[in-house]
Amino acid sequence: MNQPPAETSPPPAPGAAPGPPGNPLAQKDERWQIRVRGLNKSFGVQHVLRGIDLDIERGRTNIIIGGSGQGKSVMMKHLMGLLHPDSGQIWVDGVDVVPFSDKEMGKLRRKFGMVFQYAALFDSMNVVENIAFPLIERYKLSRDEIMERVRDLLRRLDLAKVDGIEKKIPPELSGGQRKRVGLARALIDRPEILLYDEPTTGLDPVATKNVDEMIRQTADDFGVTSVVISHDMASTFRIGDRISMLHDGKIVVSGGREEVLASRHPALREFIETSGLVAREGNAQA
Amino acid sequence: MTSSSSAENPPEVSNVERRLRGLLEHVVVPITVILSYFGDRAIMLGKALAALFRPPFRLRLFLDQMEFVGVGSLPIIALVGFFSGAVSAQQAITALRIFNQERFVGATVGISLAQELAPVFTGLMITARAGSGMATELGSMRITEQIDALSTFAVDPIQYLVTPRVVATTLIMPIMGMVFNIVGLLGAYLFSIFFEHIDLGQFTEQFTFWTDPKDYIIGGVKALVFGLTLSVAACYQGFNVRGGAKEVGLATTRAVVAGSVSILVSDYFLIDAFHILWPSKS
Repeated sequence: MNQPPAETSPPPAPGAAPGPPGNPLAQKDERWQIRVRGLNKSFGVQHVLRGIDLDIERGRTNIIIGGSGQGKSVMMKHLMGLLHPDSGQIWVDGVDVVPFSDKEMGKLRRKFGMVFQYAALFDSMNVVENIAFPLIERYKLSRDEIMERVRDLLRRLDLAKVDGIEKKIPPELSGGQRKRVGLARALIDRPEILLYDEPTTGLDPVATKNVDEMIRQTADDFGVTSVVISHDMASTFRIGDRISMLHDGKIVVSGGREEVLASRHPALREFIETSGLVAREGNAQA
Repeated sequence: MTSSSSAENPPEVSNVERRLRGLLEHVVVPITVILSYFGDRAIMLGKALAALFRPPFRLRLFLDQMEFVGVGSLPIIALVGFFSGAVSAQQAITALRIFNQERFVGATVGISLAQELAPVFTGLMITARAGSGMATELGSMRITEQIDALSTFAVDPIQYLVTPRVVATTLIMPIMGMVFNIVGLLGAYLFSIFFEHIDLGQFTEQFTFWTDPKDYIIGGVKALVFGLTLSVAACYQGFNVRGGAKEVGLATTRAVVAGSVSILVSDYFLIDAFHILWPSKS
């Protein structure tokens, strides 16, 4: 079955400097920080990504929605170089990172921070050691400098008020606290781009709302570009500036909240209507 | 009509083709599976050893693993060593008594402990305790995305997780083997002297005359090899877990089985090689 093409495509970046002839992607763009073109990835006979075209807007909260098993996490891992595509290009600030060596990819990853679905905190370390881990591995900073940055983040993410938080180990933290510690660890090296992999999965509605606020607040306070993988439509429309839908291995819809809500793409309509955000068309007519 | 009849009667497979398929299924496929089994582990070992010579050097991780594998296993090694030595002495005395040669018990137990019992039993104990622990820990880290998290910080997971475990286990195994030897000899000595009333002088004289540094070198080299094989088996299983808690449990079981089998199989070839390269005195 043929899928409708993406309904909205990004317009040319306003004010962008003219790039080298032949490839407008090969230049740093004022508006688009990451641009993905024709990304394909298969695992054995399973063709997961089938020519993804995606643009991530600088300094905004970009949400990628889609059903389970559609390849959202696979796509996110490509953005950070954790997986290598079979074909396609990923342009980060005007540089195609797909041909990067491991060493170059290591440097590129300093631009990124990643918040995992279940935080992925290191069980063998306490909260401070977890948050400080990127600094300890990447730089030779004094203990005082590291502690200053860790405590600053604990304060800004509302963790400092938790009794004995610094010495707690991951199993002693609640779901929401784990997410915040995971976010602090992702933020400690001041990344330009923050990737969130289904940050609200497994949380109750109140904790979900708190995590949404945390994402919004982080984007505002730290000025980062946020890329959030989600299938929670309420969260998506609460925090998303730009929403893209991944379906059958392709981005089928991409745009602002209003554009997405107005889309007629059947998979997106079903997603939105099933979530209860809008009434089903049949019911509305009745 | 033609198409329906061809669907009912599929084209006959020629004898040559059938034989080739049989050859492929019974010979080539198993060879490929075996080569892939050893190849995958060899690649991981190669990466882990290469990472040893590349900065950053994380000494603390090696020391942590040496403590986990070595200090943590001391009580069980000592317990098993003591009773293995005592049982060996009991069996040796029973056999030697037939020829009225019980005085050789010190030599018999000393050599068998040094060359066989200490490295093999130590390897099996470390596999059961530390190997299973490594497979479980790495497997849990894999399914909770902690290994992916390491990669996001540009930390090589093989260098951070596998290298310290493989190197620490390999280096600590001969030391643990010596602990087994000492405690095992103590068990044999106490049993022989106090329960079987073997002459103390004869026990020690025969032990010192018949056992050589060579026996301990052979045992030490075997322990090194066992440490390498058991740790690679454990790390490989844990590192490559896919799925959930059930798969972690299965990986742990496979790690213990693979580690134990690798010890017993390599023991046969090692002792054979040593007997050829370094024949025993007669």
